[in-house]
Amino acid sequence: MTASRRDWLVLSLGMMALIAAIGLQVDRDRRFPRSAQESDQVLYVRSGAALKRLTLGFNGIAADVYWIRALQHYGGDRLIKIPGAVRYQLLYPLLDITTTLDPHFNIAYRFGAIFLSEGYPGGPGRPDRAIELLRKGLVAMPHKWQYYHDIGFVYYWHLRDYKASAEWFQRAEAQPGAPSWLKPLAATMLVQGQDRASARLLWEQIARSEEEWLRKSATRALLQLDVLDQIDQVNAAIRRVPLSPGERYSWEMLARRGLLRGIPADPTGVLFVLDPDTGRVTVSRDSTLYPLPDEPKRLQ
Amino acid sequence: MRAIKTVAVNVFRESVRDRVPYNLVLFAILLIASSFLLGQLTAGQDVKIIKDLGLAATSIFGLFIAIFIGIGLVSKEVERRSIYALLAKPVSRPQFIAGKYAGLVLTLAVNVAVMTCALYLILGYMSWTESAAFKATWDAPGADPAILKALLLIFVELMLVTALALFFSTFSTPILSAVLTLGFYVAGHFNADLKNFDRIVESKPAVWLARGLYHVLPDFSAFDVKTQVVHGLPVPGWYLLTTVTYGLTYIAGLLLIATFIFARRDFK
Repeated sequence: MTASRRDWLVLSLGMMALIAAIGLQVDRDRRFPRSAQESDQVLYVRSGAALKRLTLGFNGIAADVYWIRALQHYGGDRLIKIPGAVRYQLLYPLLDITTTLDPHFNIAYRFGAIFLSEGYPGGPGRPDRAIELLRKGLVAMPHKWQYYHDIGFVYYWHLRDYKASAEWFQRAEAQPGAPSWLKPLAATMLVQGQDRASARLLWEQIARSEEEWLRKSATRALLQLDVLDQIDQVNAAIRRVPLSPGERYSWEMLARRGLLRGIPADPTGVLFVLDPDTGRVTVSRDSTLYPLPDEPKRLQ
Repeated sequence: MRAIKTVAVNVFRESVRDRVPYNLVLFAILLIASSFLLGQLTAGQDVKIIKDLGLAATSIFGLFIAIFIGIGLVSKEVERRSIYALLAKPVSRPQFIAGKYAGLVLTLAVNVAVMTCALYLILGYMSWTESAAFKATWDAPGADPAILKALLLIFVELMLVTALALFFSTFSTPILSAVLTLGFYVAGHFNADLKNFDRIVESKPAVWLARGLYHVLPDFSAFDVKTQVVHGLPVPGWYLLTTVTYGLTYIAGLLLIATFIFARRDFK
């Protein structure tokens, strides 16, 4: 065998060994499946301050990595379909580390607050953590009116504390560059905070935001408000239907009585759900609009 | 001056022969691939992340070049015994040190310049393809000229690392030089902690020692304005000037001491 042939043989054997190793790995993974959460759910360093030092000036790029992890964690956990599964456990630590590494990471505060305050199963339902994160943002950027506005919004939408909400909108309005619509918004919160029209007013303002994700959130919330109006109308119609003894509510029964032409659906096209005992109509759990903001706790 | 230039050009040529420019290809691939992938992963933060990535990569690639070539600048010549032939020529020892340093700085300058162009090209393309409404959400313009401020300080920082590596390589082995340079680089980033040591320790001598180390160790953390630049925060011209002057003064000190050590070194 010539030296050249021997070299090619060695190279071929090496390549074959590498391919065999990949094959063995695939086979092992098939026999002993690895949990997808195994690698995802680990947070090796929990202290953002320690991490900031360890990154030796590369804290900006490290913050980006943690931000991507936070997005993947939130998005991944939203897709889990197992009822009662523990979700979003690392969301706040990941956002906290991101904003410690880069205290000017604007979007991490704003989107992070949306993620944190979103009710279960769409989010961890932690408006308190959302406010904590936004307050941290205010330490780094004390004149950012958007953070004051977002805190006011969390108080309004998730905590139903209209007085606190109005106070934060007033503070937002006092910041340089704040839009003029914040002042009437604060007044509206104080006078008629519980009114659905106030909520619509607020979301319509957010829908004009420059941030695409905020606009998407606002569009979804406005659809939810439409659904609430729709459900109110259907429920009012159903309440007018007297039930015979032993009779239960059903879409067919309501259609037979000429109340509805068919099964009503929400704006995403998912059919509403009718409780046969109470006759109450709600949005389906399969809908992207679930849960609605006023949904009773027991459904969550 | 001519001798310094000759040595410097040779160092540059040697670095090209050692395939150092390959890192530029890697840098370009990294940036281009990231610019396509990040849009899907980062909720509209791709421009910020490209800036972070570009600046971090410029710094890290430069750091590796500065350390791993810097430590061999003198020791390689000694190991290969080519130092005898070199010093027999009309090249004095100080000229040799200055030439070696200038050659590696030239390599780094070309490296940083090409990386800067690549970064601006990618950022310019991203700015061009985005809508005006979306660009309004950015903290700073895409191809922001202020990025040059961060790149300038990165370059001076790399010059300082090179001077450190060269300094150590005049009296120690390559491995020890690498460890010491890297150690000083890490310690230099913890400088702020040394300055504020009195907040955690009551012992006066310990505080004085920490304060002394704060002044003696190179203050690498001062060269980091990446976050400010990425977020469009102001970096005053006076800060740039004092930091660059600090860096150049420290480099001059290191090179002079390196020259002194090298001049007294016996190669028999």
